[in-house]
Amino acid sequence: MRSEEHVQKQQPDDSSTTEAFTSEEPFNPQTAMIMWRMRTPLIILICVYAIAVLGLVLIPGVDDQGNPWHMSFFHAFYLVSYTATTIGFGEIPYPLTDAQRMWVLVTIYMTVVSWFYAIGSILSLVQDPVYQQVRKQARFQKEVAGMQESFYLVCGLGETGYEIVEALSNEHYRSIVIEKDGDSLLKHNIHSLPEYVPLLIADASIPKNLKMAGIARDNCKGVIAATASDEVNLKIAISSKLLHPDGMVVCRSDIQQYEENMLSFKTDYVVNPYNTFARIFAMLLHSPSMHMIFDWVTGAPDSSLNQAEEPLILNSGRWILCGYGRFGRSLYKSALLENHVETTILEADESICERFKQDHSDNIITGSGVDEETLDKAEIKQAVGIIAGTDNDSNNLSIIMTARQMNPDIFVVARQNQRDNTELF
Amino acid sequence: MEEKKVWLSYERVWFSFFMILALTLNFGFFIGELDDPQHHNVFELFAVIIINMIATVLKLGDRTQMGPMLLATSLVALVQLISAALVWAFAIHVNETGLTPSVMATIVSLSGGAVLANVISVILLMIETTFQRR
Repeated sequence: MRSEEHVQKQQPDDSSTTEAFTSEEPFNPQTAMIMWRMRTPLIILICVYAIAVLGLVLIPGVDDQGNPWHMSFFHAFYLVSYTATTIGFGEIPYPLTDAQRMWVLVTIYMTVVSWFYAIGSILSLVQDPVYQQVRKQARFQKEVAGMQESFYLVCGLGETGYEIVEALSNEHYRSIVIEKDGDSLLKHNIHSLPEYVPLLIADASIPKNLKMAGIARDNCKGVIAATASDEVNLKIAISSKLLHPDGMVVCRSDIQQYEENMLSFKTDYVVNPYNTFARIFAMLLHSPSMHMIFDWVTGAPDSSLNQAEEPLILNSGRWILCGYGRFGRSLYKSALLENHVETTILEADESICERFKQDHSDNIITGSGVDEETLDKAEIKQAVGIIAGTDNDSNNLSIIMTARQMNPDIFVVARQNQRDNTELF
Repeated sequence: MEEKKVWLSYERVWFSFFMILALTLNFGFFIGELDDPQHHNVFELFAVIIINMIATVLKLGDRTQMGPMLLATSLVALVQLISAALVWAFAIHVNETGLTPSVMATIVSLSGGAVLANVISVILLMIETTFQRR
């Protein structure tokens, strides 16, 4: 007459211990969290079962012949088990006495409530954002560990980051992404790409997260730091050079000082998007055919080689540059000024205009360029081209449209900041 | 901060209490003539199993380096005790041989194994406590 109680309840523990011995931490965080949260409900369940079984064993009953009879632990555990789970097989083996029924009544409420509590605890744990974060991280680590092919680690899933991941994926290269902001996932659906891309929502500037994303693994071929912040990119570059010295590091940088800093510790490539565009634009200005060859050689993989295409020749004449921010500056200095192109600049910010007048010439007009008046002031009728290079897409669109209206022959270049606006451009 | 320390030490008291109670009850059941049912009380085995279960669950949340070892010893003890209970239930209800000396000897020796596991558990607890003091 023995209770072989709760054999079934012990089973989850077995699996967790085997896991525990393989990891360096005593328990992995996910298991530890489940175990920690389940302690109270489990103890309550054990105690409630114990009290219920003990009560049934102690309360005297009567057997079918009317003799006094005590329930054995085996029978008591059987009865409590089917009662607690609301299965209710009835009064086995003999009809219960009223005293026993009273106790069974207590048992029912006690056990059913404690089961609800236990199940409720599990459900609330599963919905806990902290737990979900831990679970996602655990899954991510498993994915990284299971990655056999070589891969690139892309930090930052902004416009640039997404395009890199897309291009890599289309060429069937694997990549892993770290992105700080969970919202950008909604914008870029990386799960529709041909290659599966594991993703970690975490701050890439923290070396621990980079390590979690497999930066130190042998099959990590390179790190691409494409976050919006130069500071973060710099930190990623340093960490990756320290954690994985053989790996290639490509950095995006908008600011000259950071670029120099990055190059100082052997960052393989530093890409400044504004400078890159300015270089291409300069090429377009002084040698259109070379630009065409350059385009063929370095173009995106899926662009077709159209031989009938005429090289894009820009008429010489005066250009209007709207917006003299980082983009405008870079374009002006390395493309327009280099090639001695006559330029009129429109800039809304007064102080920038002042500084420009001191450094360069008087060819700057205060105004955003979105309205006819300022464009008129810039003598748009006589200009051959206009570059809409502000950091605001709506303004750029407005500039183009107004400019086209005022001078239908004008050549327009527009800067697109947000990928979402592709349709409009 | 002060309050947290007090709470932690209470936690430690319960933890140690159940571990040691599991050992002592287990020993109490084990001691006596190996094959004499008179010396081994069924209620005592029930209590041993329950206390061992509670001790095991308490160890689930233990995040110290010794945690996995402690949990393992507890699980070993539980397996031994539950087997003993199964043998008992089998002898009474399934085979209906009753508690013959050979059945009783099996049950008690299984619980003896659990005593050993519980002893290891308490030793580990002592080692851990000793090394934690700084």
